[in-house]
Amino acid sequence: MDEEVERVGKILERYTTVQNETKERLAKLANERCIEIQIGDATCENAAGSQVARNEFEKLIEASGRKDIVIKKTGCTGRCSAEPIVGVLQRGRMPFKYQSVTAEKVRRIFTEHILGGQPVIDFLLDKKTKNKYRHQIAFFKNGAYTGQDVFDAAGRAASRLANAGVQKEEVKIGVSINPGLFIAHESLQYYMIIFPEEKARNTGSTSDADVTRYGVTKPADLDRIIDSHLLKGEAQPDLFAAADPLFDRYLKMYADIEFFNRQTRFTLRNSGIIDPENIDEYIFYDGFAAAARVLDGMSPQEVVEAVKKSGLRGRGGAGFLTGLKWEFAQKAATPKRFIICNADEGDPGAFMDRSTLEGDPFSIVEGMIIGAYATGASQGYCYIRAEYPLAIKRVEKAIEMARAQGFLGKNILGSDFSFDLEIRLGAGAFVCGEETALMHSIEGRRGQPRTRPPFPAASGLWGCPTTINNVETWANVPVIFLNGPEWFARLGSEKSKGTKVFALAGKVINTGLVEVPMGTTLREVIFDIGGGIPGGKVFKAVQTGGPSGGCIPESLIDTEVDYDSLAAIGSIMGSGGMIVVDEDSCMVDVAKYFLEFTMSESCGKCTPCREGTLRMYEILERITRGEARDGDIERLERLANLIKKTALCGLGQTAPNPVLSTLQHFRNEYELHVHSRRCPAKVCKKLIQYEVNPEKCIGCSACARACPTRCISGKPKTVHTIDAAKCIHCGECFTTCKFDAIRKN
Amino acid sequence: MTKQNTGERAYTLERDLQDFIASCRKREHPESFLITVLHKVQARCGYLSNEHMQEVAELLGVPASTVSGVATFYHFFRLKPQGKYMINFCLGTACYVRGAPLVVDAFREVLGIEVGETTKDCLFSLEATRCLGVCGLAPVAMINEEVYGKLTPTAIPGIIDTIRRREEA
Repeated sequence: MDEEVERVGKILERYTTVQNETKERLAKLANERCIEIQIGDATCENAAGSQVARNEFEKLIEASGRKDIVIKKTGCTGRCSAEPIVGVLQRGRMPFKYQSVTAEKVRRIFTEHILGGQPVIDFLLDKKTKNKYRHQIAFFKNGAYTGQDVFDAAGRAASRLANAGVQKEEVKIGVSINPGLFIAHESLQYYMIIFPEEKARNTGSTSDADVTRYGVTKPADLDRIIDSHLLKGEAQPDLFAAADPLFDRYLKMYADIEFFNRQTRFTLRNSGIIDPENIDEYIFYDGFAAAARVLDGMSPQEVVEAVKKSGLRGRGGAGFLTGLKWEFAQKAATPKRFIICNADEGDPGAFMDRSTLEGDPFSIVEGMIIGAYATGASQGYCYIRAEYPLAIKRVEKAIEMARAQGFLGKNILGSDFSFDLEIRLGAGAFVCGEETALMHSIEGRRGQPRTRPPFPAASGLWGCPTTINNVETWANVPVIFLNGPEWFARLGSEKSKGTKVFALAGKVINTGLVEVPMGTTLREVIFDIGGGIPGGKVFKAVQTGGPSGGCIPESLIDTEVDYDSLAAIGSIMGSGGMIVVDEDSCMVDVAKYFLEFTMSESCGKCTPCREGTLRMYEILERITRGEARDGDIERLERLANLIKKTALCGLGQTAPNPVLSTLQHFRNEYELHVHSRRCPAKVCKKLIQYEVNPEKCIGCSACARACPTRCISGKPKTVHTIDAAKCIHCGECFTTCKFDAIRKN
Repeated sequence: MTKQNTGERAYTLERDLQDFIASCRKREHPESFLITVLHKVQARCGYLSNEHMQEVAELLGVPASTVSGVATFYHFFRLKPQGKYMINFCLGTACYVRGAPLVVDAFREVLGIEVGETTKDCLFSLEATRCLGVCGLAPVAMINEEVYGKLTPTAIPGIIDTIRRREEA
C-alpha cells in the first residue's frame, strides 16, 4: 500500500521536470529572437504557394544578416481561402497576419514591416487590423456566465476611452465570444488582455513587457481598468487574472479576426499555433500533461468513467458514446488488445482530420496513450489514407519524437504502462473508413466489411478486442483530462457535448475549418463565420455528412447542428463536411454526383449496395438526360429505401441518403426534370435549350462554325438562329460566343 | 507454381526492397505488411507488374492470389506503367460544385487523352483521385506530389506547357 502511495505523484513529477526543461529551452530561444515569421506549412498552404513565400523570406533574412529574425513553421489555421497566411510575431504585441502572401508581398512585408516597423495594411488578413494603435485590448466574453447584468464591455471601453479624448483610430479592440474556453475564470464575465502601450514610434524592437490580464465581473471594474491602467498607466493588481494558456494564446493570435473569434477550438487548439514538427512546443502548451495525470493517479476504470461523464461521442459520424465503447473493450475477456486511430478521412469535402494530422499530430498520440491505458491495449495503429503524404510524414515524426521523450514505448514516464504506435497506410478505398473494413486492411487484406456483431470491442484485429476512434475523437481526449469531464460536458447541446469541426467549402466566401460548440446553427456557421455566398448569389442548400449525408434546404438553416437534429432532418453529422450549394447547382445533379461516388466505391460484397446503387444511378442518369420514364421518381424512392434497409455496412445503408434528402426537400426539381424536361439551375446539359439573343448577336458566325450538327444558320452580320430540332445540347455555341448572345433556357 | 525463396532465384526487385520485405516477414503477422510493401514497390517502380507481385508473394510468404486480390482492390495501386507526370484531378464535392468537370475537359483537350490514359510521349497520365482534402482551394489537381489549387480551364494549357518546357530544357 505504501508503495502505491509512493508511486502516485512520481509520474507527474517526472512530467513536470520534462515540461520545465522544455519551457526553459524555449524561453532561451525566445530571448535570442526578435521577430518570428510564422508561415503555414500544410498541404493546403503549400498548394496556395506558402513555400514560395518561405523561400523569399529565407533569402531576405540571409541578405539582411539578421540572426534574430527566424522563420517558424505551423500547420493550417483553417482559413483556406486566404492562404498562404504569414504571421509576424513579436512579444508584447498582437500578431500581424497577412493573407494570400506572394513573393512580391513578402518583399514589401520584409522591408516595410519587419525591418521598418510599419505593417503593410493592404495585405493584412481580412484587413481588420490597422496600422498604429496606442492601445490594444482583447476581450473574451464568458459564454458560461448567464447572469442578468452582462454588459457590452467592448462598447463601454471604447466610449470611455473616447470620452477621455483618445481617438478612435488609436484603439484596437478585439472581442471574442467563444463560449467554451473559460477554464480558470468561471466566475468572470470578461477576461481581458491589454497589450503594452505603443508609445514611441515602432522600431521593430522587442518589448520585454508582456501583456496584462484582467478579470472583469462588473462594469465598475472595467471603468477602473480603463481609467487607471490605460489612461494613467497604473496597473490594478487586485483585478489581475491568471494566464490561461489554452485561450490566452488563441486570443492573442486571433481575437481581431471575425472568422476565428466566433469559434471554440478544442480539436484545433494547437493547429496554426505550434510547429507540428517540434514536440517542445506541444509540451509547452501542456502537451502530454493529460496523459501524465491519467497515468499518475487514475485507474483505467476511472478513465473510462471520466470519458463517459464528458459525453464525448465519436466524431467519425455515427456518434457512438466513446466512453461506452472503451468500457466494452476494457471488460473484454481476451488480454491482448489493440487501439486504432481511423485517419482514413474519405468523405469528399472533409479535411479537418488532415488538418489535425498535419497541424497537431501530438494530440492524437496523446489521446491514444490515454485510450490504450483505459482499454488495456499495448499496441496501437494509426491508419492513414495514402492521399495524405504530408500527414503521414508528420505523424511518423510525432511518434518518433514522443518515443524519444519517453511518452511512447516501455514504461511510459516511468509508469508500469507500456504502449507503442505504428502507422499503417490505406490505398484509396473509401469503404476502409468503415471499421471492420479498416481492420481487414490493417491485416493486409482487401478492405471489405463484415457483419456486426461481433463488434470490434469484442473481436477486432486478429480476433482481439479493439477500440477504434477517429482523429477528431482522439484529439479531444486530452482536452477532457486537462480541464475535467464536467467542464467538457458543459459545452454543447443536450445530447451532443463539446465542439465539432466543420470543413466549410463550396459556394461560400470564407472556405476553411470552423470549430464551434455543438448546437450552433447552420446559419451562424455559413453566414456569420463563412461570410455567406459569393457573387451575390442565393443560398440553396448545404450538404452535410458527405456521401452518407443529405442536403438541407434554406428553410431549415436555423437548425442547431448536432448528431440528433441533423438525423431528424434526413442528413447526418458525418465527419463534418459542409458543402454550400447556391442557385447555380442542380440538386438532381448533386444527388447523382454522390451516387456515382458510392457506386464506384462499393466494395461489391453485398448485392443491395453493388447492384442497387448502380440501378439508382441509371435512373438518375435518365432523369438528367431528359429520358425519364413515368414512375421513375417513385422507383428511385423505393429502391433507395430498400438499400437503406438491406445493405451490409454503413456505406451501403447510407448511400441513398443524398437522393432521399433531395427528394424530400427538392422534389419539385426532380418533377421538373421528369415532367417538363427542364433543369431549373441550367446544369443538366441535355435539358438546356439554347437560343440566340437577337439584341446581342452581331452575326459573326463563330457559333455556326463551332456547331457540330450545323444547326445554326444566318447570313454574316445578321442575327443567327438555332434549329432546336437538330440541336444536340452540346453547348459549343454558348462557350464559343464572345458577345454573350447565346442564352440558356 | 510458387517457387520457394531458396536464394537461387534472381529477383528484379532491388536489394533494399527485398531486405525490407524480409524484415517484415520476421515480424508478427507478416501478411499485414502487404499493403505497406506494395506502396514501397509502386513508389520505386511506378506501378505493380505481374512480376513484382509474384516476387512480393514469394518474399513475404503470402499466396500470389492474395497479392493480386489486394492490388486490384485498392484504387491507389496501378497495374500499368504511367506517365512521368501523374495528373490526379480531385473528384471531391467541393471541386465538383466549383467547376471541376470543366477543368477535366480542359486537361483532356490539352493532352489529347481521355481519363485513365497516358500521352504517347509517356509524359502525362490523367487520372481521377478521391478527395485530396484541399477543398478550400477547389477545384484542385495533384501533379505527382504537388497540389495545384483554384484551377480554371484557362489555366490548364499554361501548367502543361510549363512542365513540357521544363522537360525539353
